[in-house]
Amino acid sequence: MSIWEYANPKKFMQTSARALPLVVGLTVCLLLVGLVWGFFFTPDDYKQGSTVKIIYLHVPAAMMAINAWVMMLVTSLIWIVRRHHVSALAAKAAAPVGLTFTLIALVTGALWGEPMWGTWWAWDPRLTSFLILCLFYLGYIALWSAIENPDTAADLTAILCLVGSVFAVLSRYAVNFWNQGLHQGASLSLDKKENVSDVFWLPLVVCIAGFVLLFVTLVLMRTRTEIRARRLAALLARERVA
Amino acid sequence: MRALLLRDLRLAMRTGGGFGLGLAFFLLLAVLVPLGVGADGTVLGRIAPGILWVGALLACLLSLDRIFALDHEDGSLDLLATSPIPLEAVVAVKALAHWLVTGLPLTLLAPGLGILLNLDPSAYGWLVASLILGTPTLSIVGAFGAALTVGLRRGGLLLSLLVLPLYVPTLIFGTEVVRRGAEGMALGTPLALLAAISLGAAALLPFAAAAALRVNLR
Repeated sequence: MSIWEYANPKKFMQTSARALPLVVGLTVCLLLVGLVWGFFFTPDDYKQGSTVKIIYLHVPAAMMAINAWVMMLVTSLIWIVRRHHVSALAAKAAAPVGLTFTLIALVTGALWGEPMWGTWWAWDPRLTSFLILCLFYLGYIALWSAIENPDTAADLTAILCLVGSVFAVLSRYAVNFWNQGLHQGASLSLDKKENVSDVFWLPLVVCIAGFVLLFVTLVLMRTRTEIRARRLAALLARERVA
Repeated sequence: MRALLLRDLRLAMRTGGGFGLGLAFFLLLAVLVPLGVGADGTVLGRIAPGILWVGALLACLLSLDRIFALDHEDGSLDLLATSPIPLEAVVAVKALAHWLVTGLPLTLLAPGLGILLNLDPSAYGWLVASLILGTPTLSIVGAFGAALTVGLRRGGLLLSLLVLPLYVPTLIFGTEVVRRGAEGMALGTPLALLAAISLGAAALLPFAAAAALRVNLR
């Protein structure tokens, strides 16, 4: 029994069909608890007032925007090395989800920045690198949709994902070098003394867990759709030949 | 390999090769920006490094899809792929040829346009240095993008969407060198990083581009 058994589309469909209701239920529970707790049962910050509560959407979305790209990188590598179709389709399925998380992070950040920083947008390193990440997602999705042959598309997008990852990291440091930041530093790290207060931290952790599961749910669903679409295309092609 | 390089250079130089179009675009941009921004010398001098680098980027972008598209159309790319030279070397040579007909002339033209944009005199040397170290990246990354989109009918627009985000680090370090040069600050770090990106890209990207070409020729 190895993990590669799940690379078999049939096995993947069976397992994910059984796992999906559980994952969906957990996602809904965690998000409900986390968001309701965060929005209605935490005190206002002494400086930021109630705007601080946007953190429960902003931080998890931003984390998942980066993690989604990492997941695409891993699945692309698996596709290049082991040629499992499910892996390539999962990378394809994750890209629009990652893009959406990136946009959520940018928009909620802008909504928070307007009253707090007095501006919707500043060319801060974090903001800028998220905008660049957004462009990377757009290019990746555009390449998928431009190529007709699914295997060619999977190969080329996987190569783009690998090269893009290197340049994304480079851009991150280049942007850091280029401008000083307005954005606050990390305050959730496990190895630091100065962190965000527990009152905000606990519901935030629940929200982050909820967003992780939301990502898993969406990617599972979208991968299943992709597999079905691929089967349908194969059936149609067979019919045309017959 | 030398034959391939000479062939590419000759094709680019002769009519229809698009040689000079990029340069003309670069010149036009340097003329249009003051018309749009206004003739105020201090403003122009401050934005000149950025304008010149963005201009070089866009001028380079114009001719990228020619790196492989024409050879793909007339079938010579298939011949190159089956030739004894490894495909990685073909990519590297073609990127070099592209740089010789776009990046190098752009670098030589840039100080002249710096005069138009009221660039600080102390920055001319650094402008040339940064372009000479940075433009090879533009050609190599461009060759990678061209290899990804070679099979597509309307690859040009997609190519720019794929390639421009990859130009971000080069653009940042390039303008930083010129800006610091104009202000008389220390600029060793961005210059070294610019060169590092070029060398890294030259060493690794031909492999990625060749892999993409193999997929496209399958």
